[in-house]
Amino acid sequence: MTSRIVPKKYPMPEQDPKERIRNFREVPLGQDPETVKLEAARCLQCRPPKGKIVPPCVEGCPVGIDIPGFLALTREGRFEEAIALIKEKNALPAICGRVCPYENQCEGACTLGKKYEPVGIGRVERFLADWERARGFRVPARPPPTGKRVAVVGSGPAGLTAAAELARRGHAVTIFEALHAPGGVLVYGIPEFRLPKEIVFAEVEYVKSLGVELKLDVVVGKTVTLEELRREHDAVFIGTGAGLPNFMRIPGENLNGIYSANEFLTRSNLMKAYLFPEYDTPTKVGRRVATIGAGNVAMDCARTALRLGAEESYIVYRRSRAEMPARKEEIQRAEEEGVKFLLLTLPKRYIGDERGWVREVECVRMELGEPDESGRRRPVEIPGSEFRLQVDTVVVAIGQSPNPLVPATTPGLKTSRWGTILADEEGRTSLEGVWAGGDITTGEATVILAMGAGKRAAASIHEYLSGKPWPSDWKPVNA
Amino acid sequence: MFKILSKKFLCPTVAKFEIEAPLIARKARAGQFVILRIDERGERIPLTLNDWSEERGTITVVALEAGATTKRLLSLREGEYLMDVVGPLGRPAEVERYGTVVCVGGGVGIACIYPEVRAFKAAGNYVISIIGSRTKDLLMFEEEIRGLSDELYVTTDDGSYGQKGFVSDVLRRLIEEGRKLDLVVAVGPVPMMKVVAEVTRPHGIKTIVSLNPIMVDGTGMCGCCRVEVGGKTRFACVDGPEFDAHQVDFDLLAARNRRYLEEERRALERLKEGRA
Repeated sequence: MTSRIVPKKYPMPEQDPKERIRNFREVPLGQDPETVKLEAARCLQCRPPKGKIVPPCVEGCPVGIDIPGFLALTREGRFEEAIALIKEKNALPAICGRVCPYENQCEGACTLGKKYEPVGIGRVERFLADWERARGFRVPARPPPTGKRVAVVGSGPAGLTAAAELARRGHAVTIFEALHAPGGVLVYGIPEFRLPKEIVFAEVEYVKSLGVELKLDVVVGKTVTLEELRREHDAVFIGTGAGLPNFMRIPGENLNGIYSANEFLTRSNLMKAYLFPEYDTPTKVGRRVATIGAGNVAMDCARTALRLGAEESYIVYRRSRAEMPARKEEIQRAEEEGVKFLLLTLPKRYIGDERGWVREVECVRMELGEPDESGRRRPVEIPGSEFRLQVDTVVVAIGQSPNPLVPATTPGLKTSRWGTILADEEGRTSLEGVWAGGDITTGEATVILAMGAGKRAAASIHEYLSGKPWPSDWKPVNA
Repeated sequence: MFKILSKKFLCPTVAKFEIEAPLIARKARAGQFVILRIDERGERIPLTLNDWSEERGTITVVALEAGATTKRLLSLREGEYLMDVVGPLGRPAEVERYGTVVCVGGGVGIACIYPEVRAFKAAGNYVISIIGSRTKDLLMFEEEIRGLSDELYVTTDDGSYGQKGFVSDVLRRLIEEGRKLDLVVAVGPVPMMKVVAEVTRPHGIKTIVSLNPIMVDGTGMCGCCRVEVGGKTRFACVDGPEFDAHQVDFDLLAARNRRYLEEERRALERLKEGRA
């Protein structure tokens, strides 16, 4: 089957860094069908290893896509069948083909990757999804209705996946979304240049075409309570995500010009402030922008700042390069675009002018000490190493906590001390008939892990709606 | 889409809208707000609820023309639609029987204090209302509030109606007269609320203000509306909008509310030039 090994992925063209920091268009430009067929042909078509039922790549996929299967079809140019095979397991392939951390998942497990570059599974998925979208979705036939009603709270990756899975099994699903647009973090958080909103909305349309009803502008916990949803539905899934921004609680953090990552990104992405005054919502970016943190969200902020006109965009991070939580690909793109990295640097306080605008951030240099509970070496301040960085804009991107709105307004819904909703391995919560999944149960994680959780919960909900009793010995796995 | 059932100008720069929003009307309580959006390109505009009717399935808000977005809002007509209305947001006012409650409203804040006057009266309080505006033409809800209040005082900055001066002058006089006041609730411009807090502080009278910071999502997600209360950072949209006036850093709030003045000016100029 593998006559000749191709050691490297076929390259995907990208917008030139100098060009792309002046626009919000997507950075990678996609591949042509012939290249994609060659990429798919790099797959060794591994059998499941001894004692396993699926090959390593499938095991590495949180939603269990038949990866060798769709690659084999793609190699032969059978794109329609290939995308249909993906969609059996994943309703949002164009999104996953862009934002999944493949290197830790399917591609990380790829046998070819042990010696060479792994098969570019993500880019093939992306191509197939784009190819299908350009031709118009084929809407699958709907199964006979079961007469059961399910409410899904939140239209992010977890909620959309749970909704699609349940609709496919014939249940009547309604999604309740607090914002004016569906998609959750896919729309307010991830920038246009990494995930075009048109693609998110197209995949949401696909989920709706499965029979899912979408209600926008409904804040569960305010407009309706979870208890009311429980009364009107046979099951409820909560996928409200990690929407509460963390701050460092250091002096001066409320000065003008200091944003949470959520605010900075929401203004630009959801509200399209980069098109102000064409769109009504403004944003303000000075010449020198510091983003605090080094995760994917921080990279998104630092790169957004450049596109909004910053001359200098810094990442300020208290640990070293090796500990940066962002994907390598995102760090590399940020560097190509001219983002500067101030590593082993911790902000201590912000200094403002007489009008209340941030002007400087006082930082201290750090060195790495003994490993901490996360296994990473603990950063320790170097005494006397304080220095000041001039800034006009600061974005605090040090993570998000679980959204407290639903737990705070739902008696009996148990949470951990971090505010995550407690759930068992199937996503069942402390309330009968209520499931939860995604960042609201795990804390801030990835799109695909949230989708995996939505999928597992949907399977469990389906069993419950088919007569399986609620467990009497509920044990949360995230306590 | 949310239909505008009626629209009435209260003065040339302030209009009252009754909007079809049955889900919100069912849950609304005094002190809460909604966020609305005119159209696809619109900002999310937070507005405190002025009134609601579960029976009619409607809510009422009062909007002041302050920039390009609100200018466009005020140009909408009866029968037209708003793209989005979401709520009720924020925590409701803590309405209980305190004894004597003073409700202070300044400017469009009068529209926001109206449901509080009603709620505190219904809870069995003796309600003294003080409402004020810059000039007579900007005064609103006088008759409605008079009908619900045990006492009503009206001030205008220029003396064109009622007593010349500020709402805080009346409040100060009541305290000096030795009236026993158990709670003061104030809604209005930041300087007014700050002065009210200073008037009641030395007398230890519990005072609540409703803050109006800039917001984006209004559900606790972005932190745009952060304020400092008692030295702690709070999100006005979910922890408020009502806070203990004696703990609020009003200067910070005022500074933060000036963040987008330049952009607002640009947007307004563009609107005046006639945007498509």
